Amino acid sequence: MSHQETRLIFKHIDEEGYTNDIDCYVKNGGYDQLKKAVTMQPEDICAEVLTSGVRGRGGAGFPAGMKWKFLDRKSGKPIYLICNADESEPGTFKDRQIIHQDPHQLIEGMICAAFAIQAKLAFIYVRGEFFEGYKILERAIEEAREKNFLGDNILGTGYSCDIIVHRGAGAYICGEETGLIESLEGFRANPRIKPPYFPAALGAYQCPTIVNNVETLCDVKHIIEMGGEGFAKIGTPGNTGTRIWCVSGHVQKPGYYEFACADITLGQLIYDVCGGLKPGRKLKAVIPGGSSSKILRADERFTGKLKDGTEYDWGIEDIPMDFDSLMAVGSMSGSGGVIVMDDTTDMVEALANINYFYAHESCGQCTPCREGVPWMRKVTQRMVDGEAREEDADLLKSIADQIAGRTICAFGEAASWPVQSFIAKFKDEFVEKAQEQAARRKEGKETAEATTLI
Amino acid sequence: MKIESIVENVTINIDGQDVEVPKGINIIEAVKMVGKGKEVPHYCYHPKLTIAGNCRMCMVEMGMPMRDRATGEAVLEEDGTQKIAWMPKPTIGCATNASPGMHILTGSEMVKESRNGVTEFLLINHPLDCPICDQAGECRLQEFSAEHGRGYSRFIEDKNVKPKRTRLGPNVTLDDERCILCSRCVRFSKEVADDDVLGFVDRGTYSTLTCFPGKELSHNYSLNTVDICPVGALTSTDFRFKMRVWFLKRTHSICTESSVGANTEIWSREGKIYRITPRRNDEVNDTWMTDTGRALYKEIESEDRLVHYTIEGVHKASGEAAVAAAELLKSGKIAMVGSAHSSVEEQFFYKAIAERSGAKVSLVSHNGDGDGLLQSEDRTPNLRGALVTGLISELPSENLEALARDINSGAVKTILAVNEDLTELGISKDVLAKAKVIYVGSHANRTSEVANIVLPSLMVFEKDGSFINQSFRIQRFKAAIPGPLGVQPDFTVLEKIAAALAEREGYSDDHRLSMGAHGSDN
Repeated sequence: MSHQETRLIFKHIDEEGYTNDIDCYVKNGGYDQLKKAVTMQPEDICAEVLTSGVRGRGGAGFPAGMKWKFLDRKSGKPIYLICNADESEPGTFKDRQIIHQDPHQLIEGMICAAFAIQAKLAFIYVRGEFFEGYKILERAIEEAREKNFLGDNILGTGYSCDIIVHRGAGAYICGEETGLIESLEGFRANPRIKPPYFPAALGAYQCPTIVNNVETLCDVKHIIEMGGEGFAKIGTPGNTGTRIWCVSGHVQKPGYYEFACADITLGQLIYDVCGGLKPGRKLKAVIPGGSSSKILRADERFTGKLKDGTEYDWGIEDIPMDFDSLMAVGSMSGSGGVIVMDDTTDMVEALANINYFYAHESCGQCTPCREGVPWMRKVTQRMVDGEAREEDADLLKSIADQIAGRTICAFGEAASWPVQSFIAKFKDEFVEKAQEQAARRKEGKETAEATTLI
Repeated sequence: MKIESIVENVTINIDGQDVEVPKGINIIEAVKMVGKGKEVPHYCYHPKLTIAGNCRMCMVEMGMPMRDRATGEAVLEEDGTQKIAWMPKPTIGCATNASPGMHILTGSEMVKESRNGVTEFLLINHPLDCPICDQAGECRLQEFSAEHGRGYSRFIEDKNVKPKRTRLGPNVTLDDERCILCSRCVRFSKEVADDDVLGFVDRGTYSTLTCFPGKELSHNYSLNTVDICPVGALTSTDFRFKMRVWFLKRTHSICTESSVGANTEIWSREGKIYRITPRRNDEVNDTWMTDTGRALYKEIESEDRLVHYTIEGVHKASGEAAVAAAELLKSGKIAMVGSAHSSVEEQFFYKAIAERSGAKVSLVSHNGDGDGLLQSEDRTPNLRGALVTGLISELPSENLEALARDINSGAVKTILAVNEDLTELGISKDVLAKAKVIYVGSHANRTSEVANIVLPSLMVFEKDGSFINQSFRIQRFKAAIPGPLGVQPDFTVLEKIAAALAEREGYSDDHRLSMGAHGSDN
């Protein structure tokens, strides 16, 4: 059985003959929604977005319409819109496709959003490594400007807004919205303390600012097209619209697949859509929403009650792929990066890799993250290097517990959740690792084979 | 923080006690205000700098009165008391401002656990070189580790290694391994000293404090970064490895560099000063002082120091010198060159001496460029004192040319000079030779060399007294160390002179000057 994708954002991605220039985009109905949007009242667009229930696609899943509502409009300061295109969560590769293959969709979504919140200026903060994407965006913006979809007096409405593309300086932390704003302003991407620096009140240049993910801003275009209620019909209540699942790891056909929320289960995604695992392999674990989301163990049973009161009893393959279901099983849909691991995976090595990443990316501003995350890296590195101790599992968990919830930004959680969940679900492997190495040491053998962390 | 300027008070609950605090005050200050020695431990927060919130030490539990979202009505507990909605995570006290009904827990399990966590994290890469660290004894990390630490280390990995002696500027040396990256020094340079020279390079656990390329920490407030550094990372190049702080005696004093009158603390041991640091006074200098002001004590051990009472170059006892000076002052045609470096008490005696000897008093101003902060244009500590005591009645002039004319015309035959080198102020050596000179001062100069009578005086560190600063604030200073052997406090000699002059004038005993004028509170 095959499952039909609901291609909304990715409608034209990888389509034969579809190019990323404006002519192709307009030919396919592009900028019609902008033309519609500028005839609407800005507050009506905001209302539609709120009705649509669209949740942020960057990771946290916060309702975008609600975020817009928090905007401080009384201050009299200019409002800014920032598109967070600093896609760098390990396991996630959706925004890059939009930028490369369909940049005008993003630009149209952004102008609609900018018009809705009456932004004075919009920015695209694009990941520094996306150099090709940067050039494509620059060209696309120039094209849009020529056609007056952007710039002064857009389509003769009297509303003016421009988009500035800003290349990131090469750090994961730049994707944290206040860190992004600091970086945009030209400083180190040190996230700001909240309170008081909530972007909706004190964002870029201390002005009210909305920061949305690439995919979220694309959704705005589709919300205008089908109306808030129409959009809300996709998926289930509270989990509206589509999600692009970036599947990587031990599956036959890794890639990006767009489905309506809850349209598909994790099992269907892995076995039907992605062609299953390699022959003879068994599923061991799945990280469902980018490396910072908590890992799910293949033989776990997930039982409990959903927000609407329905009881559930799922195996890993039964989990519907949407925001609330993944949250109910103790993880999150995050940025949509589904990382599949089969039974050849060494969990200690996998965690060592993840810890390496987070220790490398910690900005170093606040104590628990700056000191704790590299400590976890050093522990897991030592474990794979052959010096594991049985008590290391408990130590790792204790360090992670001392970080999560104590930091300036959500990086603390992002770095602790993998450790907490790996230890919670695969503690025996961590202990066995130490025992195995001890046994080998007794026999006078090398305790560990050389491993290279990516 | 000036508490008086905040009018509105709010009631918040700290650890179960309802307390009144000014609205908007942060929790660290609120807890401090409520007092009883309770403190929210913190590193990066400083009352005179912006909030950074990066050390995560000042975590407290915070809750607000629960309200029904729809109706806005208060949600009550079963027993009818207000229900408190506690935040699931601890929050930083430095960035949490008191608002009505706020509940704070400063010692709950969650709070203790997060403090212990932060303490452990700060120590894993810390070199733990307290035995050779200058900060030991006044180190927040050391204190809080004793209070909140685990007592043993769970860290068996290799520690980070960083440079141990980086020169940041002429006065400050950085030990990178001890740095906890609180950014106090960065914020101080930017916000207070207005010289944005410090920043962090590298990322994560490798973050390192450094000066921006091509710049150095050379502003005149650089040593304040050493004071506010909560650990031993920024050290005073001068004080480095000189003395353990717990051996030092602390004495309140006033900076004599300019008329600002920064409040200071003198750190001394066995008659030797090791350093001078600022003392908080929100009305005068907040918590800062200049680097140049801290170096003034070095003059104590100068080779030019006057240590003997002399008459015509011959060492005498102080009493004899005083009698000789008084005799000279009885001879008429006297001029006095007073000093704005003298204390209020000394100026009082000088005024009496001037009145009784009929001396005309002049005073010379010493001006430099003001920096708009703690260095005023007037580089004397007590010009206002001279005006208040009546020693002078008009503002000082820049030189003594008028006095030179008087000497030349024979109108002045004897000069009592206090602290000033007259040869630099418009009276040439030849002119000066025409008059008799009594010199009172702490250091030798060309005037003291030619003076007929020399009365050595004590420096501000060696005597008690008070100064009146530029905003007419009278501030007291205390003797930190004894003066040179045999040199008496200025006022005892001045009193003898004044008394001798009074006898001549037929003053009764009742009018004699006494010690009563001495000493007043700041």
